[in-house]
Amino acid sequence: MSFINYAAREINCKLVYYGPGLCGKTTNLQHIYSKVEPSTKGKLISLATETERTLFFDFLPLELGSIRGFKTRFHLYTVPGQVFYDASRKLILRGADGVILVADSQIERVEANIESLENLEANLAEQSLKLDRLPFVLQYNKRDLPNVVPVEELQTLLNPNGVPWFEACAKKGTGVFETLKGVAKLVLNELKKKT
Amino acid sequence: MLGADLTLFEEDERRLAAVLRRLCEEAKSRAVFLIDKSGQLIAAAGETANVDITSLASLTAGSIAASGGLAQLLGEKEFSVLFHEGEKDNLHISVVAQRAILVVLFDRRSSLGLVRLRLKRAAEDIGQAFAEMALRTQQEAGRGRAAFQAQFAQFTDEDIEDLFKS
Repeated sequence: MSFINYAAREINCKLVYYGPGLCGKTTNLQHIYSKVEPSTKGKLISLATETERTLFFDFLPLELGSIRGFKTRFHLYTVPGQVFYDASRKLILRGADGVILVADSQIERVEANIESLENLEANLAEQSLKLDRLPFVLQYNKRDLPNVVPVEELQTLLNPNGVPWFEACAKKGTGVFETLKGVAKLVLNELKKKT
Repeated sequence: MLGADLTLFEEDERRLAAVLRRLCEEAKSRAVFLIDKSGQLIAAAGETANVDITSLASLTAGSIAASGGLAQLLGEKEFSVLFHEGEKDNLHISVVAQRAILVVLFDRRSSLGLVRLRLKRAAEDIGQAFAEMALRTQQEAGRGRAAFQAQFAQFTDEDIEDLFKS
Protein backbone atom coordinates (compact mmCIF):
# COMPACT_ATOMS: atom_id res chain seq x y z
CA MET A 1 0.00 0.00 0.00
CA SER A 2 2.12 2.87 -1.24
CA PHE A 3 1.45 6.26 0.19
CA ILE A 4 1.84 9.33 -1.99
CA ASN A 5 1.88 12.68 -0.26
CA TYR A 6 1.49 15.38 -2.88
CA ALA A 7 1.70 18.12 -0.25
CA ALA A 8 5.17 17.09 0.86
CA ARG A 9 6.02 15.53 -2.53
CA GLU A 10 6.85 12.23 -0.91
CA ILE A 11 6.40 8.64 -1.91
CA ASN A 12 6.47 5.99 0.80
CA CYS A 13 6.81 2.31 0.03
CA LYS A 14 6.85 -0.70 2.32
CA LEU A 15 9.29 -3.51 1.58
CA VAL A 16 9.22 -6.78 3.48
CA TYR A 17 12.12 -9.22 3.89
CA TYR A 18 10.67 -12.73 4.16
CA GLY A 19 12.40 -16.07 4.63
CA PRO A 20 13.05 -18.96 7.00
CA GLY A 21 14.55 -18.55 10.46
CA LEU A 22 18.23 -17.54 10.55
CA CYS A 23 18.41 -16.95 6.79
CA GLY A 24 19.81 -13.42 7.25
CA LYS A 25 16.86 -11.02 6.97
CA THR A 26 17.93 -8.96 9.96
CA THR A 27 21.55 -9.10 8.76
CA ASN A 28 20.44 -7.52 5.45
CA LEU A 29 18.90 -4.61 7.34
CA GLN A 30 21.89 -4.29 9.65
CA HIS A 31 24.22 -4.03 6.68
CA ILE A 32 22.08 -1.38 5.01
CA TYR A 33 21.91 0.49 8.29
CA SER A 34 25.68 0.43 8.67
CA LYS A 35 26.34 1.67 5.15
CA VAL A 36 23.93 4.51 4.52
CA GLU A 37 24.54 8.12 5.52
CA PRO A 38 23.11 9.00 8.94
CA SER A 39 21.01 11.76 7.38
CA THR A 40 19.21 9.36 5.06
CA LYS A 41 18.18 6.75 7.57
CA GLY A 42 16.08 6.59 10.69
CA LYS A 43 16.62 4.32 13.66
CA LEU A 44 16.88 0.59 13.14
CA ILE A 45 14.29 -0.91 15.41
CA SER A 46 14.60 -4.56 16.33
CA LEU A 47 11.91 -6.25 18.34
CA ALA A 48 13.89 -9.34 19.19
CA THR A 49 14.23 -11.89 21.96
CA GLU A 50 17.18 -11.90 24.36
CA THR A 51 18.96 -14.30 22.03
CA GLU A 52 18.57 -11.87 19.12
CA ARG A 53 15.94 -13.87 17.31
CA THR A 54 13.37 -11.55 15.73
CA LEU A 55 10.20 -11.62 17.81
CA PHE A 56 7.93 -9.26 15.92
CA PHE A 57 9.82 -7.28 13.29
CA ASP A 58 12.84 -5.15 12.46
CA PHE A 59 12.16 -1.79 10.92
CA LEU A 60 14.44 0.58 9.03
CA PRO A 61 13.20 3.73 7.32
CA LEU A 62 15.39 4.83 4.40
CA GLU A 63 15.27 8.04 2.44
CA LEU A 64 17.58 7.57 -0.48
CA GLY A 65 16.89 10.76 -2.38
CA SER A 66 14.51 12.24 -4.89
CA ILE A 67 13.22 11.00 -8.19
CA ARG A 68 12.01 13.80 -10.41
CA GLY A 69 11.31 16.02 -7.42
CA PHE A 70 9.58 13.37 -5.35
CA LYS A 71 11.28 12.26 -2.12
CA THR A 72 11.41 8.50 -2.20
CA ARG A 73 11.18 6.72 1.12
CA PHE A 74 11.42 3.02 1.73
CA HIS A 75 10.29 1.41 4.93
CA LEU A 76 12.10 -1.88 5.30
CA TYR A 77 10.60 -4.57 7.50
CA THR A 78 11.68 -8.09 8.30
CA VAL A 79 9.33 -10.80 9.50
CA PRO A 80 10.18 -13.28 12.25
CA GLY A 81 11.29 -16.38 10.36
CA GLN A 82 10.53 -19.06 12.90
CA VAL A 83 7.55 -21.20 11.96
CA PHE A 84 5.49 -20.51 15.10
CA TYR A 85 5.43 -16.75 14.53
CA ASP A 86 3.08 -17.02 11.57
CA ALA A 87 0.45 -14.70 13.06
CA SER A 88 3.05 -11.92 13.27
CA ARG A 89 4.23 -12.57 9.72
CA LYS A 90 0.71 -12.08 8.39
CA LEU A 91 0.44 -8.73 10.11
CA ILE A 92 3.73 -7.41 8.79
CA LEU A 93 2.95 -8.53 5.27
CA ARG A 94 -0.14 -6.35 5.25
CA GLY A 95 0.24 -3.40 2.93
CA ALA A 96 3.59 -4.50 1.53
CA ASP A 97 4.53 -2.92 -1.82
CA GLY A 98 7.34 -5.36 -2.45
CA VAL A 99 8.69 -8.59 -1.00
CA ILE A 100 12.20 -10.02 -0.85
CA LEU A 101 12.52 -13.72 -0.08
CA VAL A 102 15.89 -14.32 1.55
CA ALA A 103 16.77 -17.95 0.96
CA ASP A 104 19.42 -19.76 2.99
CA SER A 105 21.67 -21.44 0.42
CA GLN A 106 22.85 -24.22 2.72
CA ILE A 107 21.86 -27.77 1.76
CA GLU A 108 20.16 -28.46 5.09
CA ARG A 109 17.92 -25.40 4.69
CA VAL A 110 16.44 -26.27 1.28
CA GLU A 111 13.18 -27.50 2.77
CA ALA A 112 12.93 -24.52 5.10
CA ASN A 113 13.21 -22.20 2.07
CA ILE A 114 10.45 -24.01 0.20
CA GLU A 115 8.27 -24.01 3.29
CA SER A 116 8.82 -20.29 3.73
CA LEU A 117 7.92 -19.57 0.09
CA GLU A 118 4.75 -21.63 0.42
CA ASN A 119 3.93 -19.85 3.66
CA LEU A 120 4.42 -16.49 1.91
CA GLU A 121 2.06 -17.51 -0.88
CA ALA A 122 -0.56 -18.74 1.61
CA ASN A 123 -0.37 -15.56 3.68
CA LEU A 124 -0.66 -13.40 0.57
CA ALA A 125 -3.64 -15.44 -0.60
CA GLU A 126 -5.40 -14.60 2.67
CA GLN A 127 -5.17 -10.96 1.61
CA SER A 128 -6.34 -11.90 -1.89
CA LEU A 129 -2.85 -11.21 -3.23
CA LYS A 130 -0.74 -13.32 -5.53
CA LEU A 131 3.01 -13.50 -5.61
CA ASP A 132 3.19 -13.22 -9.39
CA ARG A 133 1.25 -9.95 -9.26
CA LEU A 134 3.46 -8.38 -6.58
CA PRO A 135 6.96 -6.87 -6.94
CA PHE A 136 9.02 -9.82 -5.73
CA VAL A 137 12.71 -10.73 -5.82
CA LEU A 138 14.80 -13.58 -4.46
CA GLN A 139 18.08 -13.39 -2.61
CA TYR A 140 20.24 -16.50 -2.35
CA ASN A 141 22.13 -15.72 0.82
CA LYS A 142 25.19 -17.26 2.48
CA ARG A 143 26.87 -18.03 -0.86
CA ASP A 144 30.25 -17.92 0.90
CA LEU A 145 29.56 -21.05 2.94
CA PRO A 146 31.03 -24.39 1.80
CA ASN A 147 27.85 -26.50 1.90
CA VAL A 148 25.67 -24.51 -0.49
CA VAL A 149 23.19 -25.75 -3.08
CA PRO A 150 24.04 -24.68 -6.67
CA VAL A 151 22.12 -21.60 -7.80
CA GLU A 152 20.57 -23.52 -10.72
CA GLU A 153 18.97 -25.93 -8.29
CA LEU A 154 17.66 -23.13 -6.07
CA GLN A 155 16.26 -21.45 -9.18
CA THR A 156 14.33 -24.60 -10.12
CA LEU A 157 13.01 -25.02 -6.60
CA LEU A 158 12.20 -21.44 -5.65
CA ASN A 159 11.98 -19.38 -8.80
CA PRO A 160 9.74 -21.03 -11.40
CA ASN A 161 8.41 -17.63 -12.52
CA GLY A 162 11.89 -16.28 -13.16
CA VAL A 163 11.74 -13.19 -10.96
CA PRO A 164 14.96 -11.17 -10.46
CA TRP A 165 17.37 -12.97 -8.14
CA PHE A 166 20.60 -12.05 -6.43
CA GLU A 167 23.44 -13.96 -4.84
CA ALA A 168 24.48 -12.56 -1.50
CA CYS A 169 26.55 -12.84 1.58
CA ALA A 170 24.69 -10.48 3.88
CA LYS A 171 27.24 -10.74 6.68
CA LYS A 172 29.91 -9.25 4.42
CA GLY A 173 27.40 -7.06 2.64
CA THR A 174 27.78 -8.67 -0.79
CA GLY A 175 24.58 -8.45 -2.85
CA VAL A 176 22.58 -6.63 -0.17
CA PHE A 177 22.20 -3.32 -1.99
CA GLU A 178 21.78 -5.08 -5.35
CA THR A 179 18.79 -6.93 -3.89
CA LEU A 180 17.31 -3.74 -2.46
CA LYS A 181 17.80 -1.94 -5.75
CA GLY A 182 16.22 -4.84 -7.61
CA VAL A 183 13.03 -4.75 -5.60
CA ALA A 184 12.95 -0.93 -5.52
CA LYS A 185 12.97 -0.89 -9.32
CA LEU A 186 10.01 -3.27 -9.48
CA VAL A 187 8.05 -1.32 -6.85
CA LEU A 188 8.58 2.08 -8.48
CA ASN A 189 7.75 0.72 -11.92
CA GLU A 190 4.57 -0.77 -10.49
CA LEU A 191 3.69 2.63 -9.04
CA LYS A 192 4.27 4.21 -12.44
CA LYS A 193 1.96 1.70 -14.07
CA LYS A 194 -0.81 2.47 -11.61
CA THR A 195 -0.86 6.21 -12.25
CA MET B 1 -11.29 2.78 -0.59
CA LEU B 2 -10.26 0.66 2.32
CA GLY B 3 -7.03 -1.13 1.57
CA ALA B 4 -6.37 0.92 -1.53
CA ASP B 5 -3.45 3.27 -2.05
CA LEU B 6 -3.77 6.47 -0.15
CA THR B 7 -3.27 9.73 -1.97
CA LEU B 8 -2.87 12.86 0.08
CA PHE B 9 -3.31 16.25 -1.56
CA GLU B 10 -2.20 19.57 -0.09
CA GLU B 11 -5.70 20.58 0.92
CA ASP B 12 -6.23 17.22 2.64
CA GLU B 13 -3.08 17.65 4.67
CA ARG B 14 -4.10 21.16 5.69
CA ARG B 15 -7.53 19.97 6.69
CA LEU B 16 -6.27 16.99 8.70
CA ALA B 17 -3.55 19.07 10.35
CA ALA B 18 -6.19 21.59 11.45
CA VAL B 19 -8.28 18.81 13.02
CA LEU B 20 -5.20 17.51 14.86
CA ARG B 21 -4.20 20.97 16.08
CA ARG B 22 -7.65 21.53 17.50
CA LEU B 23 -7.66 18.12 19.18
CA CYS B 24 -4.21 18.74 20.63
CA GLU B 25 -5.38 22.03 22.12
CA GLU B 26 -8.78 20.88 23.37
CA ALA B 27 -7.42 17.66 24.91
CA LYS B 28 -4.53 19.58 26.51
CA SER B 29 -2.20 16.97 25.04
CA ARG B 30 1.49 17.22 24.16
CA ALA B 31 1.18 15.94 20.62
CA VAL B 32 -1.21 14.22 18.26
CA PHE B 33 -0.33 11.97 15.32
CA LEU B 34 -2.42 10.52 12.53
CA ILE B 35 -0.93 7.36 11.07
CA ASP B 36 -1.91 5.05 8.25
CA LYS B 37 -2.49 1.44 9.37
CA SER B 38 0.54 0.37 7.37
CA GLY B 39 2.74 2.61 9.53
CA GLN B 40 3.09 5.80 7.46
CA LEU B 41 2.65 9.15 9.12
CA ILE B 42 -0.19 11.20 7.62
CA ALA B 43 -0.15 14.32 9.80
CA ALA B 44 0.98 15.53 13.22
CA ALA B 45 0.45 18.45 15.59
CA GLY B 46 1.88 19.73 18.87
CA GLU B 47 5.32 19.14 20.39
CA THR B 48 6.64 16.80 17.76
CA ALA B 49 10.23 18.07 17.53
CA ASN B 50 11.72 15.64 20.06
CA VAL B 51 9.81 12.58 18.90
CA ASP B 52 11.17 10.07 16.36
CA ILE B 53 7.92 10.18 14.42
CA THR B 54 8.82 7.55 11.82
CA SER B 55 9.60 4.97 14.49
CA LEU B 56 6.54 5.98 16.48
CA ALA B 57 4.37 5.46 13.40
CA SER B 58 5.80 2.06 12.61
CA LEU B 59 5.61 0.75 16.19
CA THR B 60 2.08 2.06 16.67
CA ALA B 61 0.93 0.35 13.50
CA GLY B 62 2.63 -2.84 14.75
CA SER B 63 0.80 -2.55 18.07
CA ILE B 64 -2.56 -2.02 16.42
CA ALA B 65 -1.92 -4.90 14.05
CA ALA B 66 -0.96 -7.17 16.95
CA SER B 67 -4.02 -6.26 18.99
CA GLY B 68 -6.14 -6.74 15.86
CA GLY B 69 -4.69 -10.23 15.62
CA LEU B 70 -5.58 -10.84 19.26
CA ALA B 71 -9.11 -9.58 18.66
CA GLN B 72 -9.67 -11.98 15.79
CA LEU B 73 -8.34 -14.80 17.90
CA LEU B 74 -11.05 -14.08 20.45
CA GLY B 75 -13.79 -13.53 17.91
CA GLU B 76 -13.83 -9.74 18.25
CA LYS B 77 -13.86 -7.51 15.19
CA GLU B 78 -11.03 -5.39 16.55
CA PHE B 79 -9.78 -3.75 19.71
CA SER B 80 -10.08 -0.19 18.58
CA VAL B 81 -8.46 1.51 21.57
CA LEU B 82 -5.08 0.98 23.23
CA PHE B 83 -3.89 2.89 26.25
CA HIS B 84 -0.29 2.95 27.46
CA GLU B 85 0.33 4.50 30.84
CA GLY B 86 3.81 5.73 31.75
CA GLU B 87 5.30 7.54 34.71
CA LYS B 88 5.11 10.91 33.03
CA ASP B 89 3.63 10.44 29.60
CA ASN B 90 0.72 8.40 28.34
CA LEU B 91 -0.31 7.25 24.90
CA HIS B 92 -3.89 6.88 23.74
CA ILE B 93 -4.06 4.97 20.47
CA SER B 94 -7.29 4.49 18.58
CA VAL B 95 -8.43 3.35 15.18
CA VAL B 96 -10.33 6.04 13.26
CA ALA B 97 -12.12 5.89 9.93
CA GLN B 98 -11.22 2.18 9.76
CA ARG B 99 -7.90 2.74 8.05
CA ALA B 100 -6.08 5.25 10.23
CA ILE B 101 -4.65 5.38 13.73
CA LEU B 102 -4.90 8.42 15.95
CA VAL B 103 -2.21 8.70 18.62
CA VAL B 104 -2.53 11.20 21.45
CA LEU B 105 0.52 11.81 23.64
CA PHE B 106 -0.38 13.47 26.91
CA ASP B 107 1.00 14.07 30.40
CA ARG B 108 -0.40 15.23 33.78
CA ARG B 109 -1.85 18.38 32.31
CA SER B 110 -4.59 16.25 30.75
CA SER B 111 -6.48 13.08 31.62
CA LEU B 112 -7.70 9.94 29.91
CA GLY B 113 -11.29 11.14 30.26
CA LEU B 114 -10.61 14.46 28.59
CA VAL B 115 -8.68 12.83 25.77
CA ARG B 116 -11.48 10.34 25.12
CA LEU B 117 -14.08 13.08 25.16
CA ARG B 118 -12.26 15.36 22.70
CA LEU B 119 -11.28 12.50 20.49
CA LYS B 120 -14.84 11.73 19.46
CA ARG B 121 -15.32 14.88 17.45
CA ALA B 122 -11.87 14.68 15.89
CA ALA B 123 -12.51 11.08 14.83
CA GLU B 124 -15.73 12.12 13.11
CA ASP B 125 -13.98 14.96 11.29
CA ILE B 126 -11.18 12.68 10.18
CA GLY B 127 -13.70 10.10 8.97
CA GLN B 128 -15.44 12.78 6.94
CA ALA B 129 -12.12 13.97 5.47
CA PHE B 130 -11.13 10.42 4.52
CA ALA B 131 -14.47 9.77 2.84
CA GLU B 132 -14.02 12.87 0.71
CA MET B 133 -10.40 12.00 -0.05
CA ALA B 134 -11.48 8.56 -1.23
CA LEU B 135 -14.10 10.07 -3.48
CA ARG B 136 -11.62 12.53 -4.95
CA THR B 137 -8.99 9.87 -5.52
CA GLN B 138 -11.60 7.87 -7.37
CA GLN B 139 -12.44 10.78 -9.58
CA GLU B 140 -8.72 11.15 -10.23
CA ALA B 141 -8.93 14.87 -10.17
CA GLY B 142 -6.35 17.25 -8.75
CA ARG B 143 -3.25 19.13 -9.70
CA GLY B 144 -0.99 16.92 -7.60
CA ARG B 145 -1.78 13.85 -9.60
CA ALA B 146 -1.14 15.71 -12.82
CA ALA B 147 2.23 16.86 -11.48
CA PHE B 148 2.96 13.34 -10.36
CA GLN B 149 2.16 11.95 -13.77
CA ALA B 150 4.07 14.68 -15.57
CA GLN B 151 7.16 14.37 -13.39
CA PHE B 152 7.56 11.30 -11.24
CA ALA B 153 5.95 8.83 -13.59
CA GLN B 154 8.42 9.84 -16.30
CA PHE B 155 11.35 8.37 -14.40
CA THR B 156 13.72 5.92 -16.00
CA ASP B 157 15.86 3.08 -14.68
CA GLU B 158 18.75 5.55 -14.63
CA ASP B 159 16.95 7.65 -12.02
CA ILE B 160 16.75 4.58 -9.80
CA GLU B 161 20.44 3.85 -10.39
CA ASP B 162 21.20 7.43 -9.29
CA LEU B 163 19.23 6.87 -6.11
CA PHE B 164 21.57 4.04 -5.14
CA LYS B 165 24.82 5.64 -6.25
CA SER B 166 25.73 7.29 -2.96
